[in-house]
Amino acid sequence: MSVSTAVFNLIALLLVVSAAMVAFSRNIIYSAFSLLGTFMGVAGIYIFLGADFVAAVQLLIYVGGILVLILFAVMLTHRITDVTITNRAAGRIPALIVVVGLVYMLIQTVRTTPWAAAKQVTFASTTATIGDAFLYDYLLPFELASLVLLAAMIGAVVLSRKEIKE
Amino acid sequence: MSPNELSSYLTIGAILFGLGLFTVLTRRNAISVLMGVELILNSANINYVAFSHFSSGNSAGQIYAIFVIMLAAAEAAVGLAIVLAIFKLFHTIDVEAAETMKD
Amino acid sequence: MENPIQTDFIRWIVFLPLLGAIVNGLLGAKIQKSLGKGAIGVIACAPVIVAFILAVNGFLTLKGLPPEKRFLIDNLYRWIDLGSLKVDMAFLIDPLSSVMILVVTGIGGLIHIYATGYMHDDKAFWRFFAYLNLFTAAMLTLVLGDSLLLLFVGWEGVGLCSYALIGFWYHDHANARAGNKAFIVNRVGDFGFVLGMFLLFWSLDAQGHASLTFREMVKWAPSIQNMSLWGWPVVTVATMFLFVGATGKSAQIPLFVWLPDAMAGPTPVSALIHAATMVTAGVYMTARMNVFFSMAPATLHLIAWVGVATAVVAATIALTQNDIKKVLAYSTVSQLGYMFIGVGVGGYAAAVFHLMTHAFFKACLFLGSGSVIHAMHHEQDMRKMGGLKQWMPITFATFFISVLAIAGFPPFAGFFSKDEILWLAFTSDHGNKAVWFFALCGAGMTAFYMFRQLFMTFYGKCRADHHTQEHLHESPAVMTMPLVVLAIGAVFVGLIGLPGVLGGSQFAHWLEPVIAGHGESHASHALEWGLMAVSVSVASFGVFVAYLMYRKESLSPDTFVNLAGGVPYRLFNAKWYLDEIYQAVLVEGTLKLARFWSAFDAYIVDGIVNGVAAVVRFVSWLNGLFDTYIIDGLVNALANVTYWAGNRFRRLQTGNINGYLYGIIIAMAAAVYVKIRYWT
Repeated sequence: MSVSTAVFNLIALLLVVSAAMVAFSRNIIYSAFSLLGTFMGVAGIYIFLGADFVAAVQLLIYVGGILVLILFAVMLTHRITDVTITNRAAGRIPALIVVVGLVYMLIQTVRTTPWAAAKQVTFASTTATIGDAFLYDYLLPFELASLVLLAAMIGAVVLSRKEIKE
Repeated sequence: MSPNELSSYLTIGAILFGLGLFTVLTRRNAISVLMGVELILNSANINYVAFSHFSSGNSAGQIYAIFVIMLAAAEAAVGLAIVLAIFKLFHTIDVEAAETMKD
Repeated sequence: MENPIQTDFIRWIVFLPLLGAIVNGLLGAKIQKSLGKGAIGVIACAPVIVAFILAVNGFLTLKGLPPEKRFLIDNLYRWIDLGSLKVDMAFLIDPLSSVMILVVTGIGGLIHIYATGYMHDDKAFWRFFAYLNLFTAAMLTLVLGDSLLLLFVGWEGVGLCSYALIGFWYHDHANARAGNKAFIVNRVGDFGFVLGMFLLFWSLDAQGHASLTFREMVKWAPSIQNMSLWGWPVVTVATMFLFVGATGKSAQIPLFVWLPDAMAGPTPVSALIHAATMVTAGVYMTARMNVFFSMAPATLHLIAWVGVATAVVAATIALTQNDIKKVLAYSTVSQLGYMFIGVGVGGYAAAVFHLMTHAFFKACLFLGSGSVIHAMHHEQDMRKMGGLKQWMPITFATFFISVLAIAGFPPFAGFFSKDEILWLAFTSDHGNKAVWFFALCGAGMTAFYMFRQLFMTFYGKCRADHHTQEHLHESPAVMTMPLVVLAIGAVFVGLIGLPGVLGGSQFAHWLEPVIAGHGESHASHALEWGLMAVSVSVASFGVFVAYLMYRKESLSPDTFVNLAGGVPYRLFNAKWYLDEIYQAVLVEGTLKLARFWSAFDAYIVDGIVNGVAAVVRFVSWLNGLFDTYIIDGLVNALANVTYWAGNRFRRLQTGNINGYLYGIIIAMAAAVYVKIRYWT
């Protein structure tokens, strides 16, 4: 068991545990903070897959943006002292059955499928390649994405205004 | 679990997906539901990047992952804005409180 | 006739009366109120008098020219320019129209002056003169127009004005009816005229000489000599149609019935329409178109016999009439018959000559009778008159002269003109003895009924009631003066048309440029003298009978009334039942036809329409049922199903996101499972 394999397993464990915390925690604050571990674990997985740029984006946007946003939303909508009843869950048993069945099916599928041979990980910078791709092959989706972000920003501003009430 | 095998990434993705799905299914809090959605999106992204790395060799999967991250950011912004609006309206963010459309 | 001389005064002969009509018609009511009836009279009479002076000027201008150049034209503008149809708005004066305008403006002017006295008590004085001037303008258009189309404009114009004038006292329904009758009967004739005109134009056009101008038409008349239509020479058919127009306007059988009724108009109107102008239009037109008529012997023959029939029938009716104006009316019809006899035997000049002399003495007679009626407070029945001689000497004298003239005694005007016609009837190529004989009988009857009228009106004891007798008086000078002028004309105007034995007719000579060959005859002088003697003696016999009956009263009129079981008398008195026949055949026939078509319309056409409507309604009803129960049923069923389904499915839309997610996941998982398990 090489170091990289050990690190990989460690990251995978962190990822799964923190995700489980998100799923099962009774306190929404804990859930939100556990999300941090999940996001960072995913970033680590990206690094193992040689996607350094995506990993950086994952950290910047998810950890630096979305997670902060979620935390703010939690703070704004809940009295911080009232911790125990904030993350109510319902119907856990049927959900568990469905999810376990689904995950079992997926894992079985993964295991039984003959995937391509293992590939040696190469660590080359992908930033230049991705930049080229965005400005040549994916120019239209890239520009559309800008529009979507603009629309989302305006929408968020409009929705969050005080006057929205009634 | 080996980092050199596609199946280990896909397995991690499947587990992450399952947890996200469980979150979405069981939570009554709108923000928690959003967190579950983020988990699902992340699991999808892992699959994209893993397939990209192991089969095609080009960066298309990574590009898609970036698009998904970007849309997730937009979704989070709008979704949380909606959550805040609902909270202003109903003074709660329990998703069942907003079930007024069925009547 | 090669180069017509251009002038610019002729238009004023037409425009001045028209101007008078416009001024009186539009401003008359105000003028009458502010300036009085005198101003109206001046406005009305002055244009006609000036027109008369212009007419004299035209006549003298013509006279100063060599006969072949006697043709003045006043071209205003190109009126119609449609393909080959080119008509100028142009007036012409040639020998024929110069005679006509002298008669129309001269006698018309006298009648205008007379009317200012006669109509003095009428409230609508201005309206009367507006009509009168308009009538004069129309008549002058008729005689001055240089094309058949312009003639037709005047032709219609006088028809319209006659309607207005005959029905002038429209408050009385009978008068309005008389106006209507005149108008409608004239319409029948006009129809023929229009057809004749079209036919002539069409045939000339077919020969490449399309024109409606008289000069051109006359010039190219020979070109249509050989054309035929419906197996007849086209010129015969065309002239027949034109003659139908003439019978309407000039009151010939069978279209004369309007004229006696037209006596409903004021007496000056009767004089103007029935003596000087409108009724002469037909004669003028045939004279104007004489080249064509001469090309159609069949038409001439017909015209001669229609003229004879009209002359005799009208004379017999006149024998029995007691209304002073009705006698004159039938006398007019009879005299017009003579004119057409003249046309029919080829004596166009003689016809126009008789037209002119008749205009004088008949206008005088009408105006004289108007004077009598005026004095008798609008009493028109001769049986209530008598002995008027002592109260109305001037009227009597002029009336007497005119009666002598119409009866045909030399040297009065009527003798020469009527004798000319009789002479031509006897001797000309187109005439025959039978025509002459009947015309002679008519002349005898004319003498009888005119003297009968004279005796009944002016001689004997006055049969009027006491009140009327006390107020009997001679008419004012404004009325007697025209009578005198006309009487002088009635005496002397005949001298311009002397018979051949007395030096020949200057009048016919004058008309020669227009009317070539006025029915020359080459009989001996002895025959001419003899025929004159015969006609005078026949007239004398008529007078003698009238004298015995109505002056001496030694011969009772009842002798004649009861003759042959009284049948002729009743026939004559009832105007040969012509009105009744027309009523029964034409009017009732038309009404019956109309009723038939009305019934046809009501029952058959409407039935079909209503039947169709009913069928449509039934189909619509069925359709409606189908719509209500089938279509609407389907639609409602669909709506109900949708509603029901929606109601059921609504339960699924709980708003519970988890519920939706379960659905999505299970469905997706099932899909993936099926795909993996069975389709790989």
